Amino acid sequence: MTDMTDQGQGQGQGQDAKPGLGLDLTGLATGPAQVWGAIRLVPLLRAEPIDDLRLHPVLYDGPGIVDVGDGTVYTAYIPHGLVADWTRDGTPAAAYGTQLGAADRPAEAMRLHFHRRMAKREAKTRVRFLPLHLAMEGYLALHFGGPTILWEEWSRRAVGRGLSPRSERAYTGAEVPGLEDALRIFEIHPGQCGVLVYAADALAAAFAVPHPDDYRLLHPTLVQDMFGELIHHYAHFGGPVRDFTVRIDADGIDSLARLRAAAEEQETAWSDFHDNVMAAGLPANSPGYRFQRVRRMRGSRFRLVRFLPPFERQTEQHIGEAITDDRGRIAYLKTFRLSENQVRRGHLLTSLAAHEWSIDATAAALGTTPDALKARVSRLGFGSLLRGDG
Amino acid sequence: MEDTRAGLVAAEDVLLFVNAAITATGQREFRSDAAEQHLSLDFLHRYVHGNYRDLYAAALALDINDHNAARIILRLLRTATDATPEQRTTEGRLIARRLTHTPPQRVYRLFRDIRAARINNRRTRAIMRDWLAHRPDPAFDAVKYRTGMKTATRHSHLSPTAELGDFLFEPRRRIRYDHPLLDAYRRARYEQAAIYELPFTTAEGFAAKHRIPRRAFLERITPRLTRLERLRLQESARTHKAENIAADLTTMPLTRLASYALALPLDDRVRRRAELTTALRAAAAKAAGSAAGTWPRTVAVLDDSFSASGSTEKRRRPLAVAVATHFLLEALTTSATSLWTSGRTDALLARPYGPTPLGARILDALDRSPDRLLIVSDGWDNAPPGLAAEVLRVWRTRLDPTGRTDVVHLNPVYDATGFDVRRLAPSVPTAGIRNAEDLPALVELARFAAGHTDLAELRAHLDTRVRSYLADD
Repeated sequence: MTDMTDQGQGQGQGQDAKPGLGLDLTGLATGPAQVWGAIRLVPLLRAEPIDDLRLHPVLYDGPGIVDVGDGTVYTAYIPHGLVADWTRDGTPAAAYGTQLGAADRPAEAMRLHFHRRMAKREAKTRVRFLPLHLAMEGYLALHFGGPTILWEEWSRRAVGRGLSPRSERAYTGAEVPGLEDALRIFEIHPGQCGVLVYAADALAAAFAVPHPDDYRLLHPTLVQDMFGELIHHYAHFGGPVRDFTVRIDADGIDSLARLRAAAEEQETAWSDFHDNVMAAGLPANSPGYRFQRVRRMRGSRFRLVRFLPPFERQTEQHIGEAITDDRGRIAYLKTFRLSENQVRRGHLLTSLAAHEWSIDATAAALGTTPDALKARVSRLGFGSLLRGDG
Repeated sequence: MEDTRAGLVAAEDVLLFVNAAITATGQREFRSDAAEQHLSLDFLHRYVHGNYRDLYAAALALDINDHNAARIILRLLRTATDATPEQRTTEGRLIARRLTHTPPQRVYRLFRDIRAARINNRRTRAIMRDWLAHRPDPAFDAVKYRTGMKTATRHSHLSPTAELGDFLFEPRRRIRYDHPLLDAYRRARYEQAAIYELPFTTAEGFAAKHRIPRRAFLERITPRLTRLERLRLQESARTHKAENIAADLTTMPLTRLASYALALPLDDRVRRRAELTTALRAAAAKAAGSAAGTWPRTVAVLDDSFSASGSTEKRRRPLAVAVATHFLLEALTTSATSLWTSGRTDALLARPYGPTPLGARILDALDRSPDRLLIVSDGWDNAPPGLAAEVLRVWRTRLDPTGRTDVVHLNPVYDATGFDVRRLAPSVPTAGIRNAEDLPALVELARFAAGHTDLAELRAHLDTRVRSYLADD
C-alpha cells in the first residue's frame, strides 16, 4: 500500500475546509483599467489602507515600518515564493506558502539549493520570486496538503536536473507577451492596493495587498509571477483588446454640472460592469469554492486562508491564498488561474487527499484500478510523492 | 470636390509631419523604444519627402528639432537631382540658414553622414565650405571636433591653412604650433597644465589619461565650460565637492532649467525654492519676450502622471515641458491658472506619479470659464479612458458652440504607432512641443490642426514663415 509520507507538516494547517468561509472584496474599489496590447490591468483601490498588516520588514530596506502604537498587534505577511534573506545569514531562502506572523519573528522559509553560478547572479536580498517551476509545483503541493519536507528535497533535485516528467508548462510573466511592457507603463493610482490582470479579457490573476506601499514594492515582481498556458496563449493570439472608453450622451446636457454628473455616472458604470461581468469568475463571486483556514495568529484579527476551486472542467478555476480580517474582508489576495491540465491534476489530488492518500480507496472512488491510478499520478508529475514500495 | 479632399489630406499629412519633426528625436520614449521611434519617423520622412517636397523643405523654417532638421537636409541633398532649379535654390538657402543655428557637433555629424551616404557634388561641397568658412575659429573646431572637421575637410576638398592641415592630417610633422590652442593640444599629451587651455570635452579625455582627480579637474576647467556644460555639471560637481563651478541659473534656457530642477531631490528643491523660482521666472520672462502679458485669461491642464517621466534617454522630458509651460504662462498672461492632473498645486515640486485623469481636470478647468484652455499632455487619458475626448466634444457641441473658449492641446511625445502626436479629440487642435519656449508659435500652428485645414491657407502660412526665416539672414 502506498500512502502519504508526511501530511500537513510545518505550516500548522487545519484541514477544516468550510464552504461558508467566503471572500469579501469590500473596501477594494475597482479603478479605471489600463490597456496595453492584449493585457488589461484593472487597479483595485482602497480608500483606507490597512495599517496593522504589512509586508515582513525584511523586505523594506532602511527603517522599516513605523509602529502603529495604540496597542494594535502588528502583523506581518510574506507572499508565497518571495525570496529574500529570511534566515539572516546571507543565504537566499523562499517563503513557502504565504505567511502570517509577528514582525520580529523570522519567517518559515525554505532554503534554496541553487547552483553557485545562479546564486551569484542575483543580489541576494532583492525582492523577487522563486524560479517558476519550484514555486508552482510547491504551490500546488501545498494546496493539496503535499509534504513540506519532501519539497525541499524535491526542489534540490528539480534545480539540479530539471523537472521530469514535465507534464505541463507554465510561464513567468516575462514570457507572457506584452505583460512586461504593460506593467512597466502602468500608471499606479494613489491608494492602489491591488490589480487584476486580464489577458485577452480572461482573468489571469488577482493580486491585492493591505497597503499601497506594499503594492508599489511588489508591482514589478508581478512580471516574475507565474501564469498558466492558457494566459500565455491568450496574450499571444488574443490581439490588442480595446479600451472601454467613456461615452456621454450629449442630449440633455446644458451645463457643466450636468456634464460632470454624466462623467461620474460613466465611472460607476465601468466598475459595475467590471465587477459583475469581467470579474465574475473570481472566487469571491463564484460558488463552489472551498476555503481552508490555515493559520490564525493569536491576538491578531487576521487569518490566512487557502482556497480551492470546484475543479470543474472547461470553466475558469483559480487557486490562491488570502488573508482576511475578522469580518472576512480581504487584506491580501493572490490567485493563480489553473490551466485545463492543472484542473485535471487538482481533481486527482483532491480525491487522493480526501481518501488520505490511500491509492486503493481513491481508485475505487474514481472507478479505476490502483495501477491505473498510480500511472496517472506519475504521469501528472507527482510520482515523487508516492512511496516506491507500493 | 476631389481637389479639396486631396488638399485636406495633404494639409493633414504635412501637419502630422511637422508635429513629428518637433517632438520625435529617434530616442526611446515612455511607451516605445528607440527602434520603433526610428522606424516610424523614417517612414514619415520618406512619405512626406516623396509627396510634398517643397513643404518638406519648408519644415526647416519651423521650430523642428535638430535631429529632424539634419535628416531633412540629408534627404534633400541626397535627392537633389529630383528637384527643379527653383526648388534647389530655395532648398539651398533654407539649408544654409538652418545650418547657421544648428549646434556644430550636429552639423559635423551631418557632414559625416553625408560622407557615409557618398553625396559629393559641387552644391553639397559649397554648402559645407560656406558653413566651415563662417566658423569663428577653425583651430577651435579642429581641437574640439577633430574627427568631424577632418571628415568635412576631406569630403569637401578644402585646403586648410598649412598649420591646420598638419594638425588634422599629419600631427607628428611639427614639433610646435603657432596657434596657442593647437599647441596646447600637442602639449596636453605630456603636460597637465596645458589641458586646462582646451575645451572641456577634449580636456576630459586628457584628464582621464593623466589620471587627474575629478574634483581638481572640475575646479580648474571651470573657465572653459560652456553655459549648458556648466548646468549639466552642477550636481556632479556638488558630489565631488568641487567649488567655483556654480552657474548663473537665470541665464539658462527655460525647458533645460525645468529639467535641471526636476532632477533635484524634493528636499533640495524645497531648500532652494527661492533660487529656482527666480531663475525659472527669469527664463520664462526672457522666453516670452515681447509677447509677455498679451495672452488672454488662460487655464492650463498640465500632465504630471507617471508617463511624464519619459524614458532613460529623455528623462522627465514631458514633465519638464509642463513645468516650463507653467512658468511661461505666468509671464504670458496676468491671469494664469495651472491644474495638475495629480491634483497637486506646487509646480516646483512636481513629480511624475499616478494615472492621468485628464477628463476630470478639464472639467475643473472649464469651470473657471477661461478664454483659452491649454492642455499639455502625452494624450494617454486613462482615468477613465476617453473621458477627456467626450468632455471636449460635448463642451464644443452643446455648451460652447460659438468657440468662446479656445482649446489647444500640446503634446510632447511622438506616438510611433500613430505616426503623429496622440490627439485628444478631433475638434481640438493638437501640436507637438519640444521646448516650452516655442509655445506662442505652436499655438498659432495648432490653429491649422483643428480638422478643417485648407491647404492653400497652410501653404501661405508656411511661405510667410519661410520668407521671414530667410530674411533674418
